Amino acid sequence: MLHRSLQRALVVATCFLTACVAGFNESALRPEGPQAGRIGSLWWFMFAVAAAVWLIVNAFLVWAVRRGRRRDLPLIEPTGDAPMKRSVVIGTGITVLILTVFLVSDIATGHALGSMPRKDALRIEVKGHQWWWEVNYVDPTPGRMVTTANEIHIPVGEPVQIIGTSPDVIHSFWIPNLQGKKDLIPGHTTSTWLRADTAGVYRGQCAEFCGAQHAKMIALVIAEPRDKFEAWYNSQLDSAKAPSDSVTTRGQQVFLKSACAVCHTISGTRAGGRIGPVLSHIGSRTTLASGWLRNTPGNLGGWIVDPQGIKPGTKMPPNNIDPADLQALITYLESLK
Amino acid sequence: MSKIRFVEAITALAALALSSCEREDRRFREEPPAANAASTATLSPLQPGPTVREVKTHSPYQENAYMVNEGKALFNQMNCVGCHANGGGGMGPALMDDEWIYGNDPQQIFSSIAQGRPNGMPAWSGVLSNDQIWRLVGYVQSMSGQLRKDVAPTRNDDMFSGPSEQRATEMKPKKANPGPSH
Repeated sequence: MLHRSLQRALVVATCFLTACVAGFNESALRPEGPQAGRIGSLWWFMFAVAAAVWLIVNAFLVWAVRRGRRRDLPLIEPTGDAPMKRSVVIGTGITVLILTVFLVSDIATGHALGSMPRKDALRIEVKGHQWWWEVNYVDPTPGRMVTTANEIHIPVGEPVQIIGTSPDVIHSFWIPNLQGKKDLIPGHTTSTWLRADTAGVYRGQCAEFCGAQHAKMIALVIAEPRDKFEAWYNSQLDSAKAPSDSVTTRGQQVFLKSACAVCHTISGTRAGGRIGPVLSHIGSRTTLASGWLRNTPGNLGGWIVDPQGIKPGTKMPPNNIDPADLQALITYLESLK
Repeated sequence: MSKIRFVEAITALAALALSSCEREDRRFREEPPAANAASTATLSPLQPGPTVREVKTHSPYQENAYMVNEGKALFNQMNCVGCHANGGGGMGPALMDDEWIYGNDPQQIFSSIAQGRPNGMPAWSGVLSNDQIWRLVGYVQSMSGQLRKDVAPTRNDDMFSGPSEQRATEMKPKKANPGPSH
């Protein structure tokens, strides 16, 4: 009971320290999957041992100080090298023992984190770009591969393999509630496994400094029941929704004739750029600018007109679009559910 | 006397420290693509009326390593590589040699990219911002060794068959000759 409340108090304190965002319990101390659970156990074990050592050492210190102040007791005189030697040997022995136990449990945890083997597991390729995440769902049938960005949907309770790489600099994929960090390295693929045991939205952050907007490189993992996941997956397989009225038609024309189409893809149109995130279903995502803005028409407009004001240094240039055209463009993009 | 020397030395050091920032300066807020000004670059000093004096223009990023490297990324992303290869040329002319069909002046390179040129070079104004085109100009200059060694890109993200732009031999540009030869 005491252990529980102490745990809770510490979690709250850590949250304050890391300024956790309202609505997300982004913390390695709130495991929602087996891998994060192992990391959590290791952390609590190390914390408990370290706390015990700290308490014992301080108890000795307090005892020594208090005993030294007592005038009525005789001073303890050093009686040769032997007792001193014995204390040093015992102290060193205990330290080596504790560190060895830590080492063994650390290696065991690391080993367990590395795999969650299942042949038919969902495989997702994650590419870290400056400064967003490209997400490709691998399927043996090419027509069933899905490409999206920044928001990774996974089925609850099933192991998922994340295969990571990077086209520019080293990034690190980290969803604290689900798994430890895994670096995404240019010219090299790395692999990690995760499983979410509770449905929910888990926020993650690039964990390797990757340039000016490293802090605004956020990934969301959305764990949902199998049927909801399947429905989402199938909706992503469809081509982007064709414009249905005059406003969205105009919006599509604006998209195709301005700079947007050079870098972004909207399936079913001529826009096939591969430099920025795919926008075929942008309306169905909850965030913009790699998890930095909520996906609202206002934020989308602001992002299109002045991305350098929001994320200075991002590859997207500012766009000077006529207000009516901008409105149509926003309406069109938001209609791409 | 020695005091004046000392002040001079400090001022010189301070000036050096300030000027060395240019190489790593990041300029994030530049003007949008639709604000593309019509280029005033000419390809030849010949024109009706009095002769115009050739003015050497300055590319805004020719001393900025970060922007030149960004230009290198754009050179790949915008598929310039498709025709010009990595500067050696292919369907389009080589960019690492001394021949400049439409001029080697930064303003002329800018116009070639922005306006496009006959026989296949597309116009990029309106698609790329002025700022992005200037980054490309910086990179194009680096390919034939026109930039300072510490500004030119030193490495590639992928395997590359030749030495980096930093090691490019400086090619003295020949005169522009937009003739029918190419």
